[in-house]
Order: sequence, then structure tokens, then C-alpha cells
Amino acid sequence: MATIKDMTDTHNWSGQKLVTADHMLFEAPREKHFMTGSEVLKEAVKRCTVDASVSYPITPQSEAAHLIGELWAEGYVGTYFRGENEFGVMSEVAGCAMAGARTITTTSGPGTLRAMENFPQWSGTRIPCQLILMARGINSPLTIQPDNLEVSFMLETGCMIWYAENVQELFDMTIAAFIVAEKPDVHVPIITVVDGFFVSHTRESVMLPADDIALLPYEPYKAPLPPIDSETPPGRFLRDPFVMKSNYISYATHASWQWEVRSAVERSRPYAKHFLKGLVHVTGTPDAEIAFVTCGTASHQAKEAERELMKLGVKTKVIKLRTIRPFPKEELLAELEGVKHIFVPEFNVVGWLEKEVKTALHNNHTAEIVGGPRVAGGMSMPAEAILKEVFEHINIEGK
Amino acid sequence: MAIDIYKINPEFRDIMPKEIIDLEENATWAQNQKKPRGIKEMPDTKEILEEHSLCAGCPEAAALRYVLAALPKPEETIIVNSTGCTSLMFPHIALHTVHSLFGNQNAVATGIKRVLDWRFPDIEKDVVVLAGDGATVDIGLDYTLQSFFRQENITTICFDNEVYANTGGQESGATPKGQVFKMAPTGKKFEKVKMWELATTAGCHYTMNMTASAPKAVAKAVREAILVAREIGPTFLNIYTPCILEIGLSANEGLGEMKDQDKDRFASYKFVSPEAEEFLKKCKAEGKL
Repeated sequence: MATIKDMTDTHNWSGQKLVTADHMLFEAPREKHFMTGSEVLKEAVKRCTVDASVSYPITPQSEAAHLIGELWAEGYVGTYFRGENEFGVMSEVAGCAMAGARTITTTSGPGTLRAMENFPQWSGTRIPCQLILMARGINSPLTIQPDNLEVSFMLETGCMIWYAENVQELFDMTIAAFIVAEKPDVHVPIITVVDGFFVSHTRESVMLPADDIALLPYEPYKAPLPPIDSETPPGRFLRDPFVMKSNYISYATHASWQWEVRSAVERSRPYAKHFLKGLVHVTGTPDAEIAFVTCGTASHQAKEAERELMKLGVKTKVIKLRTIRPFPKEELLAELEGVKHIFVPEFNVVGWLEKEVKTALHNNHTAEIVGGPRVAGGMSMPAEAILKEVFEHINIEGK
Repeated sequence: MAIDIYKINPEFRDIMPKEIIDLEENATWAQNQKKPRGIKEMPDTKEILEEHSLCAGCPEAAALRYVLAALPKPEETIIVNSTGCTSLMFPHIALHTVHSLFGNQNAVATGIKRVLDWRFPDIEKDVVVLAGDGATVDIGLDYTLQSFFRQENITTICFDNEVYANTGGQESGATPKGQVFKMAPTGKKFEKVKMWELATTAGCHYTMNMTASAPKAVAKAVREAILVAREIGPTFLNIYTPCILEIGLSANEGLGEMKDQDKDRFASYKFVSPEAEEFLKKCKAEGKL
């Protein structure tokens, strides 16, 4: 097993040369590989000088979780074990991160909901751990298939939420996520979402830098709350503490603490903009009057619909949201200038992204917003379904 | 470095409260101690618990003072707590403490201990869980036992008052059969969960069931349990700290209640694994006990 004592100023404990995130993401030469989302996550974690990871099996994230275990056995990850269930795992992750570790874990669907109490605890504790969420349907009835309803439960946990479309984005986002989450003025947990199976189990071409370089280590003493390691003076002690009291100071403290967590998420914008090259990515015709607002693999399907519509002479564009928290309101409004019809295709029955878009546009935009098409429970979203939705709402000549 | 964090910056010394100066000058840190720390020093040294907010006469407060006085190396000790009356005292402890959620204390402690072992391979850092019976026996049973199964190097102390006291007196798994509490209006229907027996079965190397009636006995158990956890594996102490409020006693009656129970539900139970026994003999020979 690796030991942290093997780390030098220039190399981490597994002998990888330490580099900045800018070098890793933008400068290091890359080579083409062909791998699944689970496999690419292993490659990302391998290059992140990760101290700790805790795992638990649930489809479809099991392979990603066990591959991180192999990285530990190979000496790339500091400490790793299987927890007892997702509530336990997310609490163990909290302990690891509180003690000053760069920490990652993965989960899916029912596991996410079982662990739920931990996520606001994570953000309230201001730990910069990363959760890779490979979205799947939630019970009942039992399903293991792709569906992103679970993301709606995560929206108000105080964690940042990024959404990757494909294997390449999962690799790049996982690396950037640690760096943005660990910024001292941000320092909140980050949830990196991909659609289960569609990304976790699909083999795609992906460009990767060499594996002899890795991110500079996490620096826990730059954190806004010091790590729980007995190396800094204990903060909360002596005399009337503000927690667990019924007085106006305790109320105001709790409220301002929660506001501060959300402000920290907002402060991640410039960093996310830099490392993700924008909080939204746009494809299609810039002056189109029809726009698809999407995240994840729905973006891919919308782009196919955009190409089909172009063949019919209908100009559209796809605005892919790369961050959900913070929600890229300004960027979205800028891209929607001149747009008259908005479609929000989603992989869930409730239309949480449609609600997010409507909230952002309320009193700011006059376009008609259509929440559809929606598929769920493992259904695919063929481009035809998106075209049908468009034709039902817009009278297009010849259709 | 840990002991240095209690040294006050000379520039600020004149504005420091007396409690902080006392901590630096007159607390019994492990460093520079010729003898092991202990409860004998309590009357004339600075304790690391300051002005707690529990009820007058609460045996839990006394037990916590004994526990803190007996920590072998407080400046390198992390205490993980759970929700309940104990969480009212934790912000008053001059050590790194964590309150996370209700019931997840052994899971959080596991993460902390594993990472401290990773980050500080040459420093012994002790992780001690201290929670009530609701947190340990009911809502957190899974995480408590799983940490024992995994042989985590942590000490778990349950302050067993046989009731959910902080929420107002509801039946818990540790309540004795027949006892009438809220949510058990006709009396509890099943036996008190013998957590100490479960702990032994689940792999603890040092398990005790006791009351907090005898400070020296508590201090000895705490010290031994922490040393064993450091070197061998998980340890568990179940300590009766009655809620005098919920069982209708006065502030001066807690000690008598604990003494009565020394002969009843909390009659001494002690298990020490062969490895732990050998290790403790070695500690004694080296003067660590």
C-alpha cells in the first residue's frame, strides 16, 4: 500500500508528477482511448491524487466504485473500503473529508435517497468532497434503468451540481470538480451527474492525458473550517455555544450559515466558467427562434433533432447546461435572446429542469416553454420523439 | 504539533479569558506528564470541559468529566458525538469534536480515523465515539456494529440512560422491560438490549457494562479501552448515566441510583480478548496504566 510519506514537492505518493489543473485539462498532450464512463472515471481518479474513497454496490455505479478500489490496491488512492450502506458511506465520506482528505464516492438512484440526510450535512460542514451520481430510476416499482428523477431531490442540498453529457465530459469534469470545490472561497461538496448506463456503460472515444501526471494535493489548512485533526485550535468551545439554544442569536446564526453555503455555491461561477469553458455550451444556429434547453444525454438527442430539423430547413439550437447548481441563469438568458419557443426534453416524469428554466425565465423572457418530450424508467429518447414534440407545438410548413 | 495549538500568542495574552490561559498553563496534557493522566488530578488542574449546560446533578455530566480526565492523550484525541443530551456538552470541550447526524457517529469516526492514520502515519491519534443509548442501540445500531465488524481502531462509549431524554422521555431499546415511558404508555414490551454482549459478539476486544458510580473505575476502563483500540481493534463501554429527570429523582440522588444499579442491570460485565489482555499487561509493565 502507498504511504503519504512517499510524496515529495514534485511527485505524489504513487510517483506521478504533480501538475496544476490548467496543465492537466488544457495543456498536457492527449491520446485517444476507447472506454466506458466507469472506466474513464477510474482514469480521472487516478490523476487526482485522491486521499480517500468509500464504496458500496448499486447498479449502475458498481463498476466505477470497484475500479476506484483497484486504484487503491495499485497505490494511487490513500485509503479505500466498502461501507455498510449508502447512509453509512456518505457519513464515512464526511468523516474522511472532515479529517482533511480529498475524497470521492459514487452512488445511484435508491442509494442516493437512502443517503439523503448526509448531503445537506456535507454542505453545512463545508467539505469539498465529490459524489459521482450515475443517475438511475428510483423505487417503486423497482427499476435499475436510466432516469434522472433523483437529481430533483439533490437541488436544494447546498451542494454544487454539474452534469456531464458523455464519457469525455465525465473525465474532464471529475478533475475540474475537485479543484473548484476545494477553492477556499467555495469549499462545498460537488455532485457530478451522468446518466446511468447511457454514459456509465457506453464505450466511446475519449482523449486522455498521460497517467504519469496528477493534480497537486488538496490543502486542508486553506479550508474555511479547519480539518478535524487536532492540528489547529478547537473552534467551538467554552461558554454558551450558539447551537441547540432557543434564542435569536442561534436562529440568526443558523440562517446566515445556510445563506453562506448557498453564496459559496454562487462564488464557484468564475472557476467553473474557466475550467468548463462556460457554464452552458451551445450548438446549432445562433439566431434560431427554437431552442432546446438540456442537460446530460438529452443534449445529445436534442443535437440529433437539431440536425434533422435543419434538413427540413428549420433552424434550432441546443443550449446544454453544464452546471445546475449554480444555475446558469445569465448565460441561459443571453443565449435565449430572440428565441420564441423553448423545449426542455428530460429523462424523468416530473420535469424538474423545465421548472428550473421557468423559474429563471419568469418575468425575464416571453418565449413559450414546453416541458417535453419526457421519457422515464429506462425509455430512450429518439430524435423522432423530439421532432414530434416540436411539430405538435409549432406549425411548420410541410409537416 | 498538537500541544502547541494550546499556546497563546503573547500579543493576545492580555485579552484572553482566564479559562484559555488555564488551559495552556494548568491542563493535564499528556506531553511532559511523568505519570498517566487521571481523575485524581481533577480537583487541582484545569479540566478540558468548561461550564456545561446539562441539568443540575446530571450523572452524564459527571461521567463526561471522568472520561475527559482519563483520556491518555487529549491533545491528539478527536471525539465524535451524536444528537442528544451529550450534544449539549460537546461545544464546551476544548478538543476537536464532531456532531454530524443522529446515529451516524461510528461511520463518521471510521472516516476520520482512517484518514488520520493515512495523513499522520507517525502520530497516534485517538478517535473516541461518545453517544447516548438512542444513538448507539437504536438509530445507529447498524453503523455501530458495522464499525466493530470492520475492526475499526476506535473506542465507542455509550452513555446509557435507558431513555430518549433530550426529546422528552421516550422508550429506547435500552429501556428495561415493563418501564412506562412516552411511546410505551403500557410499559415496554421487550427486554433491554444488552449492547455490551452484542459488542463482544461483533468483535470488540474490550467491552464493559458499568455505571458511573465509581470515578476511578470509569477512568480505568476509558484508558484501557482507548489503548486497546489504538493497537488491537474496536472497544466498547456501556456506562449507566441515569436521567434523574425522567425517572423522578432529585439532583442529589443520581449517585445513589447508580450504586443501586451496580448490583442489578449494570452488574459489572467485562470482556477482554486474549490479544487485548496481553497488550494491557505490556502497557502496565511500561507504566502506561
